[in-house]
Amino acid sequence: MSEYQRILEHPVLPVDPGETITYYWNGKPLEGKKGEALSSALIAAGVDAFGRNAHDHSPQGIFCANGQCSKCLVIADGRPVKSCMTPLRAGMKVSAADDLPELPETTQAPAMGAVPEFAFDALVIGAGPAGLSAAVELGRLGIATLLVDDKHEPGGKLVLQTHKFFGSVEDSQAGTRGIRIGRKLAEAVAADPHVTVWSDSTALYVYADRQVGILREGRYVLVRPRVILNAAGAREKSLVFPGNHLIGVYGAGAFQTLVNRDLVRPSSRLFIVGGGNVGLIAGYHAIQAGITVAGLAEALPQCGGYKVHADKLARLGVPIHTAHTVRSANGRERVESVTIARVDERFRPVPGTEKTYACDTLLVAVGLDPISEFTAQAQAAGIPVYAAGDAAEIAEASSAMFNGRIAGLAVARELGAKAEEVPASWQAKAELLKSHPGQVEPQVFPEGEEGVMPVIHCLQEIPCNPCATVCPTESIRMAGDPLLGLPRYDGRCIGCAKCVLICPGLAITLVDYRRDKANPIVTVPFEMSHVPLAVGDRVRGVDIDGNPLGEFEVAALQQNRDNLTRLVRLRVPAAVAKRVVAFRLQDEADTRPLPANVEAAGEAKACLCERVSADEVRRLIRAGVTDMNQIKAVTRAGMGACGGKSCETLIRSVFRQEGVDPGRITPGTRRPLFVEVPLGVLAGEDGQGRGE
Amino acid sequence: MTMGKTYDVVVIGAGSVGVPAALSLARAGLSVLVLETLASPGQLSNKKAIGGIRATHSDFGKIKVCQRSIEIFAGWQEREGDEIGWLSNGYSYPAYDAGTEKKLKELMKVQLGFGLNIRWVSPEEYNELVPGISMAGLRGSTYSPEDGSASPLLALNAFYFKSRAAGAEYRFGETVTALRLEKGRVQAVVSDRGEYVCGQVINAAGAYGREVARLAGLDVPVEPDNHEAAISEPVKRFFGPMVVDIRPEPGSVNYYFYQNHEGQVVFCITPDPPILGVLNESTSAFFPQVAKRMVGLYPRLASLRVRRSWRGQYPMTPDGFPIVGRDAGAANYIHAVGMCGQGFMLGPGLGELLARIARNEETADDRRVLQSFLPTREFKGVEALK
Repeated sequence: MSEYQRILEHPVLPVDPGETITYYWNGKPLEGKKGEALSSALIAAGVDAFGRNAHDHSPQGIFCANGQCSKCLVIADGRPVKSCMTPLRAGMKVSAADDLPELPETTQAPAMGAVPEFAFDALVIGAGPAGLSAAVELGRLGIATLLVDDKHEPGGKLVLQTHKFFGSVEDSQAGTRGIRIGRKLAEAVAADPHVTVWSDSTALYVYADRQVGILREGRYVLVRPRVILNAAGAREKSLVFPGNHLIGVYGAGAFQTLVNRDLVRPSSRLFIVGGGNVGLIAGYHAIQAGITVAGLAEALPQCGGYKVHADKLARLGVPIHTAHTVRSANGRERVESVTIARVDERFRPVPGTEKTYACDTLLVAVGLDPISEFTAQAQAAGIPVYAAGDAAEIAEASSAMFNGRIAGLAVARELGAKAEEVPASWQAKAELLKSHPGQVEPQVFPEGEEGVMPVIHCLQEIPCNPCATVCPTESIRMAGDPLLGLPRYDGRCIGCAKCVLICPGLAITLVDYRRDKANPIVTVPFEMSHVPLAVGDRVRGVDIDGNPLGEFEVAALQQNRDNLTRLVRLRVPAAVAKRVVAFRLQDEADTRPLPANVEAAGEAKACLCERVSADEVRRLIRAGVTDMNQIKAVTRAGMGACGGKSCETLIRSVFRQEGVDPGRITPGTRRPLFVEVPLGVLAGEDGQGRGE
Repeated sequence: MTMGKTYDVVVIGAGSVGVPAALSLARAGLSVLVLETLASPGQLSNKKAIGGIRATHSDFGKIKVCQRSIEIFAGWQEREGDEIGWLSNGYSYPAYDAGTEKKLKELMKVQLGFGLNIRWVSPEEYNELVPGISMAGLRGSTYSPEDGSASPLLALNAFYFKSRAAGAEYRFGETVTALRLEKGRVQAVVSDRGEYVCGQVINAAGAYGREVARLAGLDVPVEPDNHEAAISEPVKRFFGPMVVDIRPEPGSVNYYFYQNHEGQVVFCITPDPPILGVLNESTSAFFPQVAKRMVGLYPRLASLRVRRSWRGQYPMTPDGFPIVGRDAGAANYIHAVGMCGQGFMLGPGLGELLARIARNEETADDRRVLQSFLPTREFKGVEALK
């Protein structure tokens, strides 16, 4: 890793230099941005190991970047804190948390007041797309609503979504980037007098006496709501493979937090496992952040994410290895390479098909699990509860916004407000937005080589139609369903390129024969800024799948300040003009496997916090254990700082490997608290001056 | 349906008492079946125990049984090879007022009379054992260095796997619904899944001990009450013994905490008035209540981060002593209930005692122990510091 890992230029995100301050890491002065996450300040300074695990003394790197685990634990001004949730302050003295942290010595008890109590009609947990959308509805209906979110900025994962949204323009702001949608929703909520927003506020537990414990800006408070809406989102699943505990193995969502929220570059070369939308988009974001993507492995024969997302990556020069799985992450303390192998139809690795790729990071993007515990707790306490967004069902943010609105109305009605019935069309739309991508259809190119025309490289039904919405001459129409159908060009193109600009899949080009029929100008969308590009440069044009079509000259460049997608005009021979979609950025050398494979060293972990090996869990399963609680009792898997949030899926996958019927598994019991809280805070300490 | 096999002993409940009893019975060569409603051993109250183990009680029965338990816990790893988190960290009861000091010192006389290793330490000495504890008004503390702690989870599972290796059988997810009585004897134990012919039956059903006894037509005054407990993140070892603060305050009788073998602080509070029944749901009252008391007593705990909390039951008897032994009402039925929140520390010693009862091999000491735990006693006394 180089010394300075900040993203200083980004094609989409504004780079705020912030206020530079000095702090200390293990006694050495470092510079960082005031108020940024301490973990990101450290990553920007090239620090990737925050401390050592108390069980196996191996170094730990960033993992969830979300306040959920404790892998980023450091000692800041004498206190153990999660660095990802601790804002950087000038003069902070930070040191690595090696093994067990030491409690600061004091004989002075803090001032302990009564725990403040609040009452609201509605409590919305989570200010992401679903929670914000619900709060908009609740505020509109005059319901006294409290919206809590554990982050500093509302928006949830919208804050990380630099790409343009799918869906429809009128309903889910398709074509607009997620970050902007989040900001707009947050502004709407902030302007509503009925909605109280608490940022930096983590819901901890819904107690049986109908009080909800909340860690509000470092202070413990209790809230008594009449109705709860759980919009707490999802957590990333992990995978069992040797080396899954190494520094550099973490979730794609955590990665996006680092590059898109904090604008730090935690990697120079990464590999991705998982070809759903999350993994595909993370790969694209990595390249936007100037990181080489060495490849992506997907166990299924085809990526589960949208084809347009996969195509974007392939065209930039990222090999997508379908029917492949990760065999191991290799390295002594941190990822140095990853070994993948082909899988057979039963997802078993085929010996002899291993390939090893050099990389410093392995992003795991193998799906999400709903954060359903608040729903279950509220039900147990007898509080009417609804769920929306990923907390209810994993789907796209466009769908979360929709079912958030629906849930907002439902909560209002539960509270007796005269809310209108949820329009049937909303329900239908919410369902539609959850649609999985359809079959890939053969490409149809427009006929003729005259005038100007869009070429649509979108071959798979997904819920998305902004191209048809923006076309001023109504020349693009959806074949079949107005949202799901494939766009077809049929009409009179005026060459405005609005469709090229708005397409979230970057799957529309404009071919203009008007000046030169032999060498038409092809307009392609471009969202990278880390590579210099100037008129007269020659670029390596590729087709939809990334196959090379030749080197073409950049004839013109056009920046759109509002949309941020650049339009690159290429001069392309007529024979291939309609097939050019983009141009390759990564060299083949970047993505070539190492000449010799690296064998898995070390063991796979089933619990990353407590460093419990998968084999230890396997031995118990073979001894007849089917109760996750017993596995926890014997191995400590699930007793760690994350509260069992990461290991549950890992242990379940060991059960699966052992052929145990999931119906026989007794799930682990979830208990308070959602995240760790200092005893003094629970005692009513006022929380002033506290790091977390 | 009658299962083909006849068991020498059927144990009802795979918890703090049932599992070590099964181990001792199986190692004594008896055929044993343990029936358990929940999915695995120790899932009702054992896993709720915070892990304190002391012999410093006030009567011969508990002292004797716990002394044997301590021998078993302390030597387990060397003898049996399993890590159970044993820590010889001792117990302490600090006094901040004259009344408490007097009470503790009087009890100490009794304990010393039984030959227990316990002494009074000065405030300065205590501050070395628990560095940073509040010195304001501290009058000293008891200290019993041979008491200790272990992981209830690790210990119980160690007993469980060793008992299976010795031949004990377990059936989980199976609830006892009836005891088939004939001629004043339990002929068979009937569950929702089958019927098991047995030579003897041991009721080790913990919080459900009274319900199981009723199946034999017997009544035992066991009433579960609820305690809430929690555990912190692990930190570097910073204090020694279990700290028990017995000063009552509005809302709570006492509370106690110690740092376990992993470096985690485990703590628990006794609510006042007691919350009766089996109620495992957490309430918002617990954290502020216990945290204020702990941080007030020991300010260093303020920055300790709490990881998880839970609720569990103390199966209480009116006098705070367990109910153990045979019952005239059913000749081959043995009570092992009403552990009053001390099932974990009593378990291993009691397991051996139950095996001797089942084999009619009680020693003179055993008979004296069982006098304290007599099912037919009048339950009038109250144990000091129960």
